[in-house]
Amino acid sequence: MTQVTVKRLWKEFGAQVVLENINLHIGDHEFVTIVGASGCGKTTFLRLLLGVETPSRGEFLIDGRPLPSEPGPDRGIVFQRYSLFPHLTVIDNLLLGLELRGSPMLGRLFGRRRRRALDRADQLLDAVGLQGAADKYPQQLSGGMQQRLSIAQSVICEPKILLLDEPFGALDPGITSDMHTLILKLWNMNKMTVFMVTHDLQESFALGTRLLVFDKVRADAQAPDAFGATITFNIPLRGRRVLDNLANTVS
Amino acid sequence: MRRLINQQPGRAGALMLSALPFILVVAAYLHYSNARLVQNPGDKLLPAPATIAATIRQFALEEDERSGEYLLWNDTRASLERLLTALAISAFLGVTLGVAIGVLPYLRHALAPFVAAVSLIPPLAILPILFIVVGLGELAKITLIIIGVAPVIVRDLAMRTGELPGEQMIKVQTLGASTWQLVLRVVLPQMWPRLIDALRLTLGSAWLFLIAAEAIASTEGLGYRIFLVRRYLAMDVILPYVAWITVLAFSMDWLLRLLRTKAFAWAKAGG
Repeated sequence: MTQVTVKRLWKEFGAQVVLENINLHIGDHEFVTIVGASGCGKTTFLRLLLGVETPSRGEFLIDGRPLPSEPGPDRGIVFQRYSLFPHLTVIDNLLLGLELRGSPMLGRLFGRRRRRALDRADQLLDAVGLQGAADKYPQQLSGGMQQRLSIAQSVICEPKILLLDEPFGALDPGITSDMHTLILKLWNMNKMTVFMVTHDLQESFALGTRLLVFDKVRADAQAPDAFGATITFNIPLRGRRVLDNLANTVS
Repeated sequence: MRRLINQQPGRAGALMLSALPFILVVAAYLHYSNARLVQNPGDKLLPAPATIAATIRQFALEEDERSGEYLLWNDTRASLERLLTALAISAFLGVTLGVAIGVLPYLRHALAPFVAAVSLIPPLAILPILFIVVGLGELAKITLIIIGVAPVIVRDLAMRTGELPGEQMIKVQTLGASTWQLVLRVVLPQMWPRLIDALRLTLGSAWLFLIAAEAIASTEGLGYRIFLVRRYLAMDVILPYVAWITVLAFSMDWLLRLLRTKAFAWAKAGG
């Protein structure tokens, strides 16, 4: 069970107000999609959740406890780019999370424990459709394959929350529907809460169980930085129905 | 007529073009050497190829009358020992300090400006201090090379570490990595090819400091020999020694490049 609660949250950089008065409650196993114009603090909100930024005012709680002020294994992240490790093969990229957890000193697993981790990784590799590419390096993969690997790399750690920062923004439109199927499958398999920033309104409706719209409600032409964005719409969606349809078509 | 920038030589043509400057230099040498020797058979400035060959044979294949050593090999061993020891220590310092400065903000604030300042001290200017403090032995020569080379490698690796995408650093933390694990599994493996690049770039100055130190205080070594025989205008020794040093330096560069492409297939070689 994962509950995310935000109470009267403000984020300022110096005199610039980016987010103002955010109030939010997200229940367990939601798929939250976040849309909004550029510069409306969507990514800042994600970075707050990640622990890279700290709130200026207000509270950010996960299961009633304040968010740690640094990234951790309970919150996975998939960026638009650069979140794979170029010196590791596909399978080693996938194994990394398991190896880091299993071996604090060396960060590597050997023998029986490595084989067990490999079994897990192989399963997930199949699930994301990369079984043939296990020994390739990330730069030899297409953009879509890289993102699938990046998602799998986070999911293998079984995070409570998965953050997606425009993960499909750089991909061909043709590939994105496959990616949608995949992310919904993994979301359902792992019972995690997903926060996904996107530019694509259609995508946000198709995937989400809840849609958040970030926008500036106040503006001062003389002082453009004086007011920040807030959540102007918080819409429960019937994304689960989409998922059910999907499950039917898959089976 | 295609533009010049689109005109490519063929395979044989490329090879010929590469060889051409070398051939021209050798030809010019032979011409002027011959011209001078015709005028004055005792000329020492541009010795004939036969004289050079005889000198090489004497230095490489015959024992020295006084010391009983093969001078060329003995000098080579002495110089390479100094150079490789200094480069190994510099590489070690470069990786440990460079990565630490690149990864840890506290250490970056404490050390980065200091390392930058140290790297700007002209090493040869503090050579006298080295001689005074650590004496004229091997330590002074090796230390000189390290002072000249290590700060450059430290700065380079610190910058390269800082250039790793922030997304990678955040991602690995969300996979549960501690600082130590992050360094071990993500930063260091990506720094090895960078270290090789840094070593290749500093190889030239390492040789410079080696020869300078040997010229001033030494009893063996390639630089020592060149400066010793200078008194006798022995160009027949100096020229092959310079060529030999060039061959050594070139081979080291080539070996490092080979290591980079073979061992780090994931990293596209930077030339």
